[in-house]
Amino acid sequence: MNSYRTTLRRVTRSLQITARGLATAAAEPVQAAKAPRMKQFQIYRWSPDDPTSKPRMQTYNVDLNACGPMMLDALLKIKNEQDSTLTLRRSCREGICGSCAMNINGTNTLACLCRINTDTAQTTKVYPLPHMFVVKDLVPDLTQFYKQYKSIKPFLQRSEYPADGKETLQSIEDRKKLDGLYECILCACCSTSCPSYWWNQSEYLGPAILLQTYRWLADSRDHATEERKLALQNSMSLYRCHTIMNCSKTCPKGLNPGLAIARIKKSMAL
Amino acid sequence: MVVARKGRLTGLQRDVLSLYRSCLRAIRKKPPDSRQNFLLFTREQFEQHRHILKSDFTTVEYLLRRGHNQLETYSNAGVRNIGV
Repeated sequence: MNSYRTTLRRVTRSLQITARGLATAAAEPVQAAKAPRMKQFQIYRWSPDDPTSKPRMQTYNVDLNACGPMMLDALLKIKNEQDSTLTLRRSCREGICGSCAMNINGTNTLACLCRINTDTAQTTKVYPLPHMFVVKDLVPDLTQFYKQYKSIKPFLQRSEYPADGKETLQSIEDRKKLDGLYECILCACCSTSCPSYWWNQSEYLGPAILLQTYRWLADSRDHATEERKLALQNSMSLYRCHTIMNCSKTCPKGLNPGLAIARIKKSMAL
Repeated sequence: MVVARKGRLTGLQRDVLSLYRSCLRAIRKKPPDSRQNFLLFTREQFEQHRHILKSDFTTVEYLLRRGHNQLETYSNAGVRNIGV
């Protein structure tokens, strides 16, 4: 009796599976019936394996009906199905890691937050972040950027900590001052869109790092305000910002580095 | 060692030589047993790009940058030996 019941259950399950399989099979032809929307992508290619080769643009065609809505979906589709040598950084696919920063149709943005332009008549061009050394294809060398971030000491500096050994507290108003600053994911889109940063990368800190500097200047728990300001007291680190505002225009997270820099300048002047 | 040369070196050629010299200096800071390995490695890294023309400056500049990065990495005191 018992074994009969097991067999029955097994048969029912296999029937369910077949039914599910049929449902998928039935759904597919409907999708395939749509006319393919072929979109052309031109992607910057350069490989360090042959250092004498020059960078080139390679063209790929992707059917938008079989592709997700974002640029990252298209790039990964190309990498999976057409050309596995295409190299790019990506991780979270939801705009929180900042890995997939690149220049798409002339704008620095995160590939995962950028919708594909569905106009199939237009070609979409993808370049690595401008004015950065390229490691390979769409991967820029961010060493200098991270060195600059390290140089501003992006951590809480205090002379003493609460006697009870618990966390350093902050009022709700003080916490509110950090809104619009702490969200920065250091994707380097703003810094690499700034002409001042292009020409003075070695000395000017750039909008992303200055936004972070202001994040620590504005923090009520931080005691190193004077030292931080002193480090910026020269013609290059901060004052190479000429309020061009490309940074605020391009920020994929909708932050305003230009405003943060203006606030630093104000606090240094007053 | 003095090598007789025709004409003056270009700036880029001097940069390459200066990188090679800093590599040789960095080797002196390595443990005596592994210095030979580091020297072989350094020579191999330079020799494999010997064919590149001096007029191809974008390539030479890229390789210089890569060389400086490698030098920085291998100069670390934690790197005590290298396989060739």
